[in-house]
Amino acid sequence: MSVTISSKRLHREFVKKVKELSGQNLKLCYQCGLCTGNCPAAVNMDISPRRIIELARLGLEEEIATSKTVWVCASCLACAVNCPRGFDLSKLMEAIRLLTLRKNVDHIRPEDIPQQERCDLPQIAMVSGLRKFTG
Amino acid sequence: MKTRARNLEEPAVASMEALGFKLDEVPRWNCCGAVYSLADDDLIHQVAPVRNLIRVKKQGKTELVTLCAFCLNTLKRANLLMRQDAEKRNTLNDFVDEGIDYGGEVKVVHLLEVLRDEIGWEALSQKVKLPLQELKVAPYYGCTLLRPREVAIDNVEDPTILGNFLKALGANPVDFPESTRCCGSYQVVSSPHDISEYTRPILSSASGHGAEALVLTCPLCDYNLGRGQKELTKKGSGFKEIPLFYFTQLLALALGRGPAASGSCSGAGSPGMSF
Repeated sequence: MSVTISSKRLHREFVKKVKELSGQNLKLCYQCGLCTGNCPAAVNMDISPRRIIELARLGLEEEIATSKTVWVCASCLACAVNCPRGFDLSKLMEAIRLLTLRKNVDHIRPEDIPQQERCDLPQIAMVSGLRKFTG
Repeated sequence: MKTRARNLEEPAVASMEALGFKLDEVPRWNCCGAVYSLADDDLIHQVAPVRNLIRVKKQGKTELVTLCAFCLNTLKRANLLMRQDAEKRNTLNDFVDEGIDYGGEVKVVHLLEVLRDEIGWEALSQKVKLPLQELKVAPYYGCTLLRPREVAIDNVEDPTILGNFLKALGANPVDFPESTRCCGSYQVVSSPHDISEYTRPILSSASGHGAEALVLTCPLCDYNLGRGQKELTKKGSGFKEIPLFYFTQLLALALGRGPAASGSCSGAGSPGMSF
C-alpha cells in the first residue's frame, strides 16, 4: 500500500488529540516492527501495528479511520512489553478507537449480537467488548 | 464468578479454608469494568475499580485478593493511578462519594501470589492430600497476569508461578512457548468466528508439548479456549480437545476438597473430566 505524505494531508488536530488521549510520545518509535512481530492479531489487520504508529505521527487520519486495525486489537499488550523504546501502542490504539466512539459512532451494536450469542457469552466478554466497541 | 465462573470461585474458597485462610468477600462490590481504561482523560471508567478499593479500605483491610486475572489487572492499574497521579487522585476522590479519601493504600494481589508469598510452595505441597500423580498440565498465563510490567505478578518473559504451583500439587508442568499468547479476549464479541484461530496455536502447542490438560486463571480465557477447541474439532483435521481447569479446581482437588468444591463442570468447552 503506497501512501502520499504531504503537509496538506497532515491533520495536526488529529495528531494532537491522539497524543493527548494516549499520553504517548509518537516520536519514540523507530519502526523496528517488534510490535507487529509480537502481535497475535496482526494477521487479521489491514494495517500492521508498526505502520499505525507511522501513519498516526504523519497525521494521516483518513488511512487510520478507514482501517480495521484498531478494532482488531485485543489490548493484550504484547506490543507494549516488547517495545525496546518503551512505547505503549495499546494506548495509541485506544486513543484512535475513542476518536471514533466519541463521535457517537459505535463499532458494534448490542442488538446486532445474535440472541444465542448474547446468552452464551460470559459477562466478562460482554462488559469488556462493549467497553471497547461502544461509546 | 457468581454464575458463569463458579468453578473458579467455589474451589478457591474451600481450598483457602483447608489452608487455614478465610476469604472475606468485599461488601457491596461492583464490577471493576473488566478492562482497564487506557485513555489519559478517561477518569469515569476508573470510578468502578477505585470504589471497590475504597470499600476494602473502609473495612480496615489492607489487602485485596482477586481470583480473576482481569480483575487483578484492572484493580491493580487503577490502584497505581491513585498512588502515582496526584491530580487524578484528587479529581476521583472529589467525585466518588464514599466518605473517605483514597490514595492507593490497599495492596492488590492475586490468589496465586498468596499461595507463593504467604504460604509458600513447600508448605502448600505438605498440605496436599491427593497429589495430581504427575498429570501433565500446561500453565496458561494469558495476558493480564503479566502485562503491563508494572502489574505483573511474575517475570514477564519467563513466568514460573503457575509451574511451581503445579509442582507443589504433584503435577508435572509442561512448558510451551504460547503460554502468554492472547486467546483473543473481547474480540469474541465482535469477531466470534476468529476465536478458533486465536486459540489454535495455544491449544496445539500445549498438546504438541505433551500436555494432558491446561490450567487457567481467567474466565474469558476459559470461554475462548473452550469455544475455540469445540470449533476446531468441528473443522476436523484431527484436532483433539484438551481439558481446561481453573487453577483453583486443581488446588481443591489436590487438597481433598475436589468433589464438594469443584462441581462437575470444567470450563465452557472442555471435554468431560469430572471429579
